[in-house]
Amino acid sequence: MPQKKLSVRIDGELISAVEGQTILQAARANGKRIPTLCDLEGLTPVGACRLCIVEISGTDRLFPACTTPVQDGMSVTTVSPKLTQYRRVSLELLFVERNHVCSACVSNGHCELQAMATEMGISTVRFAYNYPKLAVDLSHPRYVLDQNRCILCTRCVRVCAELEGAHVWEVTSRGIHSRIVGDLNQKWGDAKGCTSCGKCVQACPTGALAEKGWAVEEMVKKNDNISSLVRRRGVQA
Amino acid sequence: MKKVKVATVWLDGCSGCHMSLLDMDAAIISLAQKIELVYGPLVDAQEFPEDVDVTLVEGAVSSQDDLNKLKKIRQRTRLLISLGDCAVTGNVPAMRNSIPVQKLLHQVYVEGVQANKIIPTDGVPALLKQARPLREFVKVDMCLPGCPPPAKAISSVIAELLDGKKREGTLAVKFG
Repeated sequence: MPQKKLSVRIDGELISAVEGQTILQAARANGKRIPTLCDLEGLTPVGACRLCIVEISGTDRLFPACTTPVQDGMSVTTVSPKLTQYRRVSLELLFVERNHVCSACVSNGHCELQAMATEMGISTVRFAYNYPKLAVDLSHPRYVLDQNRCILCTRCVRVCAELEGAHVWEVTSRGIHSRIVGDLNQKWGDAKGCTSCGKCVQACPTGALAEKGWAVEEMVKKNDNISSLVRRRGVQA
Repeated sequence: MKKVKVATVWLDGCSGCHMSLLDMDAAIISLAQKIELVYGPLVDAQEFPEDVDVTLVEGAVSSQDDLNKLKKIRQRTRLLISLGDCAVTGNVPAMRNSIPVQKLLHQVYVEGVQANKIIPTDGVPALLKQARPLREFVKVDMCLPGCPPPAKAISSVIAELLDGKKREGTLAVKFG
């Protein structure tokens, strides 16, 4: 059955979308970029980072573009002072929540969080830093999990479950106490479910998951590989 | 033309930002004709002068001495700039923040050495509980992150302040 065509406006421009597409997918299909961090092409969207929020006319609420389906006649705004303000606050809160010491990070210069801050012209944050005491798990022979650098995007959780089928990663606790844990809170090295495929490492937008043996600035993630693997397998997210 | 009075200050940092300041090559010659460096590690003045136009502060606020200096600087400076990641975010000095000060000093000066196991107290300022960015103590007029901020970024910021013209796109702001 052919999919129903929908007409939507994105930033005033009339575009055609397909029923079942999200606002983000429709925008991208028409060459429009919406900032994202937790999104990775091929993985189920979860709306964790709140950077892709958009305005929809007729309501005061803001909606995450990655999880909101397009509807016929919808008019979406992706750029406005209000959205910029909210996106900046979301990003600043990510920076103050944990210890993002860019200068001492393997992903310095290749980090999606850092790049997003640069793109938004963030030169400082307006909130007090939290400086929590967080663990670094070095127990896996090839990889490191540094909770200090995690933004809880859950790309690792999703890629492990949806693509590798191993279901090793999960999120434990709630709110500010949330942590990524492997195999029901085992050390990564003891996680028997882990196949050591490294997909989580490549999917991670920051230096939270990294290969061992790299120095500062040396860890370059290949998350395009994840997306192309999904396309080649024909997996529908 | 009256020269603009500029001061630089080195709090809890590695002096890398000052190195970057000196790394602006020939630009430093034309800059020197327009500014007077009135205080900082690069000149001899012992007391922070009154009535400074621009102060670039490197480093986080780590000790009571840092905090006292910063408050005095703020009172005597028209424009205060956080120079580099330590001043802007806390950066490396703030990596100690989750360890209690006494435990930290004990680990470094007692457990960490072979001889002279003494925690120094004479002639060194008492550490604050945490090393934190300038903005959390005083009003900061501008932040220039980077570890260190590139020399070009520092020189363009100073040039902008000197001629009062904003140069769009010349300054790529980046943490780390």
